[in-house]
Amino acid sequence: MNIVVLLKAVPVVGTERLGSDLLTDRAGQSEANGNDEYLLEKALQLTEAHGGDVTLLTLGPATGAEALRKALAMGATRAVHVVDDAVRGSDIRATVEILTGALKKMEYDLVFCGADTSDGLGGVVGAALAARLGLPYLSYASEIEPTDGGVRVHRLSAAGYDVLEAPTPALVMGTQLLGAPRYPSLRGIMQARSKPIETWSLSDVGVDAAKVGSSAAWTKTIDATKPAERGGATFVRESADVAVGQIVEFLGSRRLI
Amino acid sequence: MSTIWAIGEIPDGVPTKLTLELATLARQLAEKAGGQSRTILVGQGTARAAEAAAPYSGAVLAVEVEPSANGPVAAQVAPRLAALIEEHKPDVVLIGASNDGKDICGLLLGLTDMPVLVNGSGVDWADAGPTVEMSTFGGKLVTRSAFSDGRGMVIVRPGTVTAEKAAAVGAVEAVDVGAAQELPEVKVADSVAEAGAAAPIEEARIIVGGGRGIGSAEGLRLVEELAEALGGAVGATRAVVDSGWIGYGQQIGQTGKIVKPALYIACGISGAIQHKVGVQTSGTIVAINRDPDAPIAEFADLFVVGDLFEILPALTDAIRARKSGIANET
Repeated sequence: MNIVVLLKAVPVVGTERLGSDLLTDRAGQSEANGNDEYLLEKALQLTEAHGGDVTLLTLGPATGAEALRKALAMGATRAVHVVDDAVRGSDIRATVEILTGALKKMEYDLVFCGADTSDGLGGVVGAALAARLGLPYLSYASEIEPTDGGVRVHRLSAAGYDVLEAPTPALVMGTQLLGAPRYPSLRGIMQARSKPIETWSLSDVGVDAAKVGSSAAWTKTIDATKPAERGGATFVRESADVAVGQIVEFLGSRRLI
Repeated sequence: MSTIWAIGEIPDGVPTKLTLELATLARQLAEKAGGQSRTILVGQGTARAAEAAAPYSGAVLAVEVEPSANGPVAAQVAPRLAALIEEHKPDVVLIGASNDGKDICGLLLGLTDMPVLVNGSGVDWADAGPTVEMSTFGGKLVTRSAFSDGRGMVIVRPGTVTAEKAAAVGAVEAVDVGAAQELPEVKVADSVAEAGAAAPIEEARIIVGGGRGIGSAEGLRLVEELAEALGGAVGATRAVVDSGWIGYGQQIGQTGKIVKPALYIACGISGAIQHKVGVQTSGTIVAINRDPDAPIAEFADLFVVGDLFEILPALTDAIRARKSGIANET
C-alpha cells in the first residue's frame, strides 16, 4: 500500500507574521503542520503493518525542506517538494491546481491530508483535490483501515461516528484522534540525511506559472489590523467563598446568569 | 444585481443555528448590495426545514434528495449545489464553518470555478463585493480580504452574526436538481452513536472548559457540574482530550474547535497559544487558576486565583441557589 501524505511546512506556531505585502512571511523557521503529522503517523503505521511506501508531498518555498527532513526522520520513504518562485502569493484555487498537477504524476493507493493548517485554517484543499482528481473523499477520520481493494474510515459525527467505505485510490482527511505522532529516533535522523527530497517546478507539474501567484489570485488581502487587546483581567485573590460571591456578582452584572 | 446565497445544513430535517445565522447574514448583505438573498437547503425533509428557515430568509430554495441516497452529506449536497450555481450564477455563496460545511465548500472548489475565502468572522459589503474579516495567526491579526471580481464562496464561522427574523417570511420554492457531475461513491456502511456524548460546544452560549489543572477525570466532573448548573456545554484543552477523560468533539483550540460563546469559564487552563486561538473571541472569559502568572491572564476578563477543587463546587452551588431563587420569585 503506497500512501502520499500532504504535509505543509508552516511558520512555527506563535511566530507567524505578515510581510509588508500582506503575504505570510515564510522566510523564518518552519515546522510540519501539526494536523498533518497525525496523518503521517497513521500512514507509517499502515505501511509498517501492510507494506508499501510513504511519500511526502509539500508545496512552498525552500525553507520548508527542514520540516520535510524531520518527517523523513519519523520514517517517511521520500519527499516531493514543489517549489517555484512564481508560487508566492497563490490563493487556495492555485494551491489546488498545483497539488492536483503533482498528484497526477504520482502513484498511490491513498492520499492523506490533515483537517486544516495552522496558517490557513481553511480545511477545504483535501475535498477540492478529491473532486478534481476523481477520488473518493473520506473526511474527519478518527480511524483508517485498509479493506480488500479499498479503505474503511470512521468519520466523526455529532452522535459518534459514521463508518465510510470506498475503493482505492482514495483521499482521506484525518484528525488528531488517529493518534499522537512519534518522535524521530536518532537512527531515523541519521537515515533521513540520505533520503531523497525531489524538487519539482511548476512546469514539472504541468501548471502555467501565469495562472498562480499573487498576480493571478482570485482573492486578495486588503489590510490587516491588530485586534483590540483583551485582558486587563480583574484579579480576585480572596478565599474560595468570597471569590465565588465575586464571580456570581461579576456574571450577574454582565447578565450572563 | 447581486445575489447572495446561504447554504443551509439540515440534520434530521431541522436547520442548524448556524444555518439561520447564514440566512440572516445573506439578507443583511443583500440589503447593503441592493440585491437579493436566498437560503439553499439540500437534503431530506427540506419541506419542513424550509418552513423553519423561511422567517430568517429573503427566500428559500429547497432541493429534496431521494431518501434512498447514500453517502456523506457533502457528497450528496455539493454536486447538486454545483448544478444550481451553474444555472443561477450567484455572486456570493455563504457556507458554514462546520465539518460538513467545509467539506461541501471544498468539493465545490473542485467542481466549480468559484474562489473561496475561509475562516470568516465578519462579512461586510463594499463597492462590488463582500469583504471578509478573518482572525489569523492565533488572533494576533485581523485581516480583511476580498474577491478580485467580487464573486466567490465564503466560509463563515458560527456566531459571526446573531440570527434575526426578517420583516416578512421568505417565499419557499421547491426545485428538482440532479448532480452536475457525479462524485466517486463513498458508502456510509454504518452510523454509530457513542454513549455519553457530551453536548456540542459549537452552538453553546456558555462553555466551561477544563485544562491540565483539573488533574483527573474526577476533576472534570466538577467542570461538568458547573456547566450543567449554568446550562452550558463542557469544553477541554488538548491535554485533557489526550488523557481520554472527554471526547475529541469537546476539544477547543487550534486542532479542535474555534468557539465564540457569550461566556467562557476556563478551569485549570494555562492559556497556551494553541488554546487561545479557539476561545479568544468569546464574549466574556473567566479564568480560575492556581497560577496568577498563567498566560490566560492576558486575555481573561476576570482571573480568580485559587484552588478550583474548592471554588468549582462552591460556584456550582451558588449558581444553582441563584437560579432556584429566581425561579421561586417568578
